[in-house]
Amino acid sequence: MERSPDATARTLKLAAIGTAGGLFSGLLGVGGGSVIVPLLIIWLGFGAREATGTSMMAIVVIAAVAVTLQAFYGNVDPSNAALVGLPAIAGAFAGTAIQQRIPERLISVLFAVLLVLIAIELIVR
Amino acid sequence: MSEIAAAIMGFLGGMVGGLLGVGGGILFVPALAIFLDESQVSAEATSLLAIVPVALVAVWRQVGYGNIRVRDGLVIGALSPLGVAVGVVTSNEISQRALELIFAGLALAIATQLVLRALRPADRPCD
Repeated sequence: MERSPDATARTLKLAAIGTAGGLFSGLLGVGGGSVIVPLLIIWLGFGAREATGTSMMAIVVIAAVAVTLQAFYGNVDPSNAALVGLPAIAGAFAGTAIQQRIPERLISVLFAVLLVLIAIELIVR
Repeated sequence: MSEIAAAIMGFLGGMVGGLLGVGGGILFVPALAIFLDESQVSAEATSLLAIVPVALVAVWRQVGYGNIRVRDGLVIGALSPLGVAVGVVTSNEISQRALELIFAGLALAIATQLVLRALRPADRPCD
């Protein structure tokens, strides 16, 4: 299949987004989505719902690789992960359902609010 | 009590994750660090394990809603392990305070961009 220069540039952007998302996932344990979602929106013009859905697909891979590496350092506590992660599964059902019922701009603004709150928490810690 | 608080934070993290496509680590990490007394590095590592099922459920639901570009997600996911490896090694070498400030600065820059974009008049069909 022949690829146009535009398609190649787009794939390179996706690769750069993946690398950046992976870097911050490994650094900060945030799954990379906080980098991937806004870059898909700002850089590639994705709608907010498409950006979050596509980000989640990448996060499955990123988190699986990162947690495997972290396990080698002995940093992972499986029982604590279950305590937080099992309720989170129910939360994920709720969150994706809610997302389908609100405007895309609101999703972007909520994303921004969340990032500011987290930044404040980290700075004053 | 702290276990209940951590579980509630877990639910909220999963909800925020599903809503915003971020996996939930943004809330899992403070839940693990504050309520379950993990160090920052350990909390970040443990949160990755909690993120995996959240992301799987969200992908399953979003495929049903038609919001996933499969090829794009795979390209991003496939290229990320390089970044992950560098990130994990680095996170074990540099100070926790530096990690916190790096993420804080990044988060504020991204938030500004998103708000500016959301406030801009629509330049393409939107909602």
